[in-house]
Amino acid sequence: MLKQISVFLPNQPGILAKFTKILMDKQINIRAMTMIETADYGILRLIVDKTQEALGVLKSENYLASVKEVIGVEIPDKPGVLHEIAEILGENNVNIEYIYSSSLFKGEAIIVLRVDNNDKATKVLKEKGINLVESKF
Amino acid sequence: MTNFWNEKAETMPRDDLEKLQGQKLNKLVKYVYDNVEFYHKKLDDMGIKPGDIKSVDDIVKIPLTYKTDLRDHYPFKLNAVPMDEIVRVHASSGTTGKPTVVSYTQKDIEDWTELMARTVTAPGISNKDVIQNAYGYGLFTGGLGFHYGAEKVGAAVIPISGGNTERQLMIMQDFGSTVLTCTPSYALYIAEYSKKLGIDVSKLALKKAICGAEPWSDNLRKTIEEVLQIDAYDIYGLSEIYGPGVSVECEEKNGMHIWEDFFIVEILDKETYEPVAEGEEGVLAFTTLEKTGMPLLRYITYDVSKFTKEKCACGRTCGRMAKVTGRADDMLIVRGINVFPSQIEHTLMQIPGIAGYYQIIIDRDIVDSLEVRVELTPDKFSEMKVLEKFKKNIESKLYNILQVKANVELVGPGTLPRSEGKAKHVIDKRTKNI
Repeated sequence: MLKQISVFLPNQPGILAKFTKILMDKQINIRAMTMIETADYGILRLIVDKTQEALGVLKSENYLASVKEVIGVEIPDKPGVLHEIAEILGENNVNIEYIYSSSLFKGEAIIVLRVDNNDKATKVLKEKGINLVESKF
Repeated sequence: MTNFWNEKAETMPRDDLEKLQGQKLNKLVKYVYDNVEFYHKKLDDMGIKPGDIKSVDDIVKIPLTYKTDLRDHYPFKLNAVPMDEIVRVHASSGTTGKPTVVSYTQKDIEDWTELMARTVTAPGISNKDVIQNAYGYGLFTGGLGFHYGAEKVGAAVIPISGGNTERQLMIMQDFGSTVLTCTPSYALYIAEYSKKLGIDVSKLALKKAICGAEPWSDNLRKTIEEVLQIDAYDIYGLSEIYGPGVSVECEEKNGMHIWEDFFIVEILDKETYEPVAEGEEGVLAFTTLEKTGMPLLRYITYDVSKFTKEKCACGRTCGRMAKVTGRADDMLIVRGINVFPSQIEHTLMQIPGIAGYYQIIIDRDIVDSLEVRVELTPDKFSEMKVLEKFKKNIESKLYNILQVKANVELVGPGTLPRSEGKAKHVIDKRTKNI
């Protein structure tokens, strides 16, 4: 499984730049990310190469941040693959709460899934031969 | 030709009026001394024998009553009669989680109806009118107060209550309402909405509006009058002193007549609570001369106004108060509902996950908006759906206490201003538009 950091950010100009500078200064690399917003605030979800270090610096800078385990799936970059995964999880009654994908490169893609049952999702995906990505950090 | 509801009372020579007030005050002080433990003790502590209070001028000798006294005796401990004699209870905002409660006997309801009948008549309303009563019905005194008075004068009352503006306008057109009663900001909203629906207001039967429950300026009056092509009159009241019907403008629109045979009105210095000279600005205080359920001595309203005993061109001798220009405490009026910052603070402090920093922002775009910014604590931070649920939960708790909708904005730690000394919790942006 992957470790995902969620950060609470006000929905205002300049806030993201201030945040990304902190990561840059610590040489923390973002592997995948997504941002969702309400009228007042946004939540940035990201997967980085140095999770613990990132969390430490964010807390010291007074950010609201938390960490969660999510499923990372490595898939070939071709039609129908996401459908296959969604179908496996659906048939096994695992609910997908949100999903985002990382950069596409060399014919492969990584999608990140937040589900209501990590263990079950891991098990059923593995049984079907789906390649899962693990956090090494 | 002035219309009176009770010509004798409304035009009584001032000497007779003040003599009558003195007699009633004498009776009142004995009544509360005998029936309300709080006043019994207070008068004893001050060494005052009830019989000592003989004339209006003696009023300065008797104790003041503060809003906190009502809170401390919540809900019924200031009542002068047992519950079997109480026929109605109303409530308005308190300073914390508990409301300010007022109990009425049958006599109180009848007296209030008399006051409201005078109040409805003074701006020239009669049994020929159809009154669309868009004040809220319920614990709030506005709806029922108007209802009883308007029925008493024989007008046809439409008890529509507040809200649902499209329906208000449909009924106004179909039923031929001649009078609208509501808060001034709602009158403005109805006026703006009628434009939006393309209603030709010159075809409406509407002639007058009686607006109150929140401060409003002469500019706002002009706008309402121009857009709806009507006359708009100011009314004043507070639930502690019955509700609406303490005072109202007559057709002269030159100050609100206080029904002085029912109240002794005082204007007190904002800080010392000493009486100020006639015509000077200060805090309004009322003594209820006829109430039997929950009579009050020198009740400080914290509303800032002026008072004159000068005879009005309409012929009424009872004195007039000026438009309320502000508050001597931190009470806010949002959409006609009283809101205390302390109520919001009290509610927020009972919710885990909030850092203790908050900010209240009030604005007006035709109607008032109330926004509460709340700082989250780190342990509360979670998924968005949890945060949204948390926010909804705070909004519903605030609504339960305030009875007016507040939009909650969640902000991160350290975002709200920290100030040395008294934190600036309230930002009221409405001053320009009131």
